[in-house]
Amino acid sequence: MSDQQQNKGPIRRFLDLPTDSVPKTVFVAVSLCLVASMIVSAAAVALRPIQEVNKLKDKQINILQVAGLYEPGTDIVDAFSVFEPQVLELENGVFTTAFDAKTFDDRAAASDPETSIVLTEDPASIGRQSRFVTVYLLRNEDGSLDKVVLPIHGYGLWSTLYGFIALEENGNDIFGLQFYEHAETPGLGAEVDNPRWKALWSGKRLADENGDLQITVAKTAPAAGADHHIDALAGATLTTAGVHNLVRFWMGEAGYGPFLTNLKAGDL
Amino acid sequence: MAQTRKDMLVDPLVDNNPITLQVLGICSALAVTSSLQVAFVMALAVTLVTAFSSMFISMLRNHIPGSIRIIVQMVIIASLVILVDQVLKAYAFEISKTLSVFVGLIITNCIVMGRAEAFAMKNPPVASFIDGIGNGLGYGLILMLVGVIRELFGSGSLFGVTILETVNNGGWYVPNGLLLLPPSAFFIIGLIIWAFRSWKPEQVEEREYKIQVVGDH
Repeated sequence: MSDQQQNKGPIRRFLDLPTDSVPKTVFVAVSLCLVASMIVSAAAVALRPIQEVNKLKDKQINILQVAGLYEPGTDIVDAFSVFEPQVLELENGVFTTAFDAKTFDDRAAASDPETSIVLTEDPASIGRQSRFVTVYLLRNEDGSLDKVVLPIHGYGLWSTLYGFIALEENGNDIFGLQFYEHAETPGLGAEVDNPRWKALWSGKRLADENGDLQITVAKTAPAAGADHHIDALAGATLTTAGVHNLVRFWMGEAGYGPFLTNLKAGDL
Repeated sequence: MAQTRKDMLVDPLVDNNPITLQVLGICSALAVTSSLQVAFVMALAVTLVTAFSSMFISMLRNHIPGSIRIIVQMVIIASLVILVDQVLKAYAFEISKTLSVFVGLIITNCIVMGRAEAFAMKNPPVASFIDGIGNGLGYGLILMLVGVIRELFGSGSLFGVTILETVNNGGWYVPNGLLLLPPSAFFIIGLIIWAFRSWKPEQVEEREYKIQVVGDH
């Protein structure tokens, strides 16, 4: 080895090796992976706070929209502060303080065996159901309940639809429904986002006078009457069936049934 | 073959378009062209990824061992794609929601790999960068063309602004639902290729075989 070669640094010496030699190949592979992984993880870590804020904002906008309170351009955090988030235990329909409602993650809870159950009867095709969900209460100035916003989800044609349903304080009148995440067919199933279709939900009733769940999303009105009927989406039979099933599932005994009973009794 | 930098930029737009001539990157062209806004962001993302991956690969081209050449290219491309995805999620959340998996799939977009392998491995960084921009723009041009047709006649709007009031919203226009589904992009791209090759007959490929009359009839 000549003096000149010894004076070179170790990296320089490696780079001068024939490109196709084994040490050089290993060196290039290892150093490239190190550099690339550092760049990628740095970006992921640095941008995470902004991404989480975006996700939260998106959810909050949807809750505001379903409650009819969203105006473009307003400060979301400020507007959202009118809501009172509560963690609800589905089984008995009462609020629990075991979790912090501001940070409770429904979706993580649905996959955790500790906080979720496997559904045997599963019309909404969701597999596991969280035993606890975050609901949002809207109160009048005198502290009485005005509306409740309940998260719902279930399978359509291609995807799980995630959304919210807003109910009046009597727990039976629908104020609005909105999906914030789905991958249904554009122009057909994705018309669940069409404002004209969403407007159909307003003023409909979940149950009849006898307390039986009658809400129906279908082409024709059920025997119980137009009060409980939302017209199907044209050309989207399976998405319509999915929405029908998921709304009936969540409004039924396995979903918010106990909570709605408490709501009607005025216990909250 | 000495190309000027302007040629590198303009050539891939029509004369050597990655979609219509090389027929690469078709998959994402089907998926993201049902709305113009999404197509635009996708075109921008692919242009950036192609340009920068070509540049980095070109910078390393004399040190990339032949045996792991493709893997090295993939690592560089994949890192850039993840970077783009993360930035979109942070600063263009709405759009990243609609693009969803397709940003990640830029990794498998043949145009990016194609330029890395065909151009960047043999050319200096600046030229490779310009070549990447040019090919990205060529891809974007077709994406926008397809997007205009699909969004205008499929949902009656352009960039989300209503042009033709659809029946669903109380207007007169009955949208063509087929245009919102991926197969329509195949038809439109086919028609664009046909139009390009009628305009520039030198793009027509030679037949691989000729139908000949055999025997007496």
